[in-house]
Amino acid sequence: MKIARKVIDLPPSGIRKYFDIASTIKDVISLGVGEPDFITPWRVREASIYGLEKGRTTYTSNWGLLELRELISKYTYDGTGVYYDPGDEVLVTTGVSEGIDLAVRAITDPGDEILVVEPSYVSYKPCVIMAGGVPVPVATTEENGFKVRREDLEAKITPRTIAIIMNYPNNPTGAIMTKKDLEEVADVAVEHGLMMLSDEVYEKLTYEGRHASIASLNGMRDNTILLNGFSKAFAMTGWRLGYACGNPDVIEAMMKIHQYTMLCAPITAQVGAIEALRNGQKDMLEMVKEYDRRRRVIVRGFNALGMHCFEPRGAFYSFPSIKFTGLSSEEFAERLLYEQGVVTVPGSVFGEPGIGHLRCSYCASMEDIKEALARIGRFLDGLRKEERAPRIRKAAKK
Amino acid sequence: MREVLELLEKDSRLTARDIAEQTGLNEKDVERFIKEMESRGIIKRYKAIIDWEKYGDDSVYAIIEVQLNPERNVGYDAVAERISKFPEVVTCMLVSGDHDLHLVIKGKTMKEVAFFVAEKIAPLSQVTHTATHFMLRSYKQEGEIMFEKEEDSRLVIHP
Repeated sequence: MKIARKVIDLPPSGIRKYFDIASTIKDVISLGVGEPDFITPWRVREASIYGLEKGRTTYTSNWGLLELRELISKYTYDGTGVYYDPGDEVLVTTGVSEGIDLAVRAITDPGDEILVVEPSYVSYKPCVIMAGGVPVPVATTEENGFKVRREDLEAKITPRTIAIIMNYPNNPTGAIMTKKDLEEVADVAVEHGLMMLSDEVYEKLTYEGRHASIASLNGMRDNTILLNGFSKAFAMTGWRLGYACGNPDVIEAMMKIHQYTMLCAPITAQVGAIEALRNGQKDMLEMVKEYDRRRRVIVRGFNALGMHCFEPRGAFYSFPSIKFTGLSSEEFAERLLYEQGVVTVPGSVFGEPGIGHLRCSYCASMEDIKEALARIGRFLDGLRKEERAPRIRKAAKK
Repeated sequence: MREVLELLEKDSRLTARDIAEQTGLNEKDVERFIKEMESRGIIKRYKAIIDWEKYGDDSVYAIIEVQLNPERNVGYDAVAERISKFPEVVTCMLVSGDHDLHLVIKGKTMKEVAFFVAEKIAPLSQVTHTATHFMLRSYKQEGEIMFEKEEDSRLVIHP
């Protein structure tokens, strides 16, 4: 069958290979996951089951259940200090992934350029391409704490630039932006009349200080599409539930696309999300506390191994540098998997500034994290013993 | 410092060093705090939660509801303390509702438990009534789910 040129040209997923290798190795420990190792809190599951028992199996409003939107409005106000009208400024989406796609499609005309702050989650650039736009990567560096700065953005702005996509707390680096850091970005956006697509799905996973949303800054509320969801904070990845908040024009535009592609987010997930927002905060805070403990253990562990590790202050990823080994991210990840059975994600998957890094998620039990660190230590010892430039061994060691 | 206690309650084998690593607290401070909690009797004991049934042990547990006449001056304390001292009594608490003491008794056989109640608890002068409920199965014990846990079915790698 004929496949569209645009789709053929989309780059393939950079992680497929590792997935295939891992399936052939026994006793794998994974630091490669992008989702909580907690199961959705029982009260949320139980509420959804009850909803099913009561026959809540219908479509909902295209916008999502009003009760859920009201709770999202309150939750967002509590978290960011920005009020969105649940009537026409909140749209419930099928995961933040859909939210990103809708936001990009709602604002992009052919040839429009959108700045994508990197390292970044893998869907932003393909979404822009599919919408007919041109993604323009903006690199951040470890020296600057993987924060995006005025000059990084301004160097990439052209008359065709319409928006910036960014994600803080960040996947894969764990970087956060403080209010002060964000002000610089807000100024750029206002001066150049750019829209802001802010993926804040890791909002609640901020370990030092409080999350700041760019939407809360002067002049930004109506230029920002705030994207968030339930996957990370409430351990609800498979439920596929997110939401977008913004000014009524853009939310209406997104809703138009949403109604023709998705109709509405699944009601079972919406019913669960209502319970999550009503009574799930305590469960959520417990999980955040546990991530924070693991964060300390893994960062300390990498540093003790002599791997320089940027200190993540948000999300649930660490992003150690492996440049000192002389291996590329892909070589390192592949050999580590073959030789020690530890799954990680090469930083290069997340864009050019991720090269030379490894994304290690700490969504794993404390035992697994410690075992993984021990194995990485053995792997590094092995590397040190190798005299010449290492070659990738094709056969699994065990 | 409360977090130190919370962590130990979940896993009493954590060392001061583990806890310091996880919380960012100073190891020496954690050590000192644990010592203090031990000496003040806030940390009572370090123990394991064991699924004896799975091990093959067929001990019998029973919940005993005990109704009491409180005594002048000492209320329920004297009799409750007296009952608590029997090693067969695993748990003893004063509760609200239609009985006063809630006991958990452990024995080798149902008969042993029944005789213990009949010989040691029921005859006490303050005890007006007892009801014995033998435990058939434990689903959750001290916060620990005793049946099959939900498995980790995540994909090993995801962006």
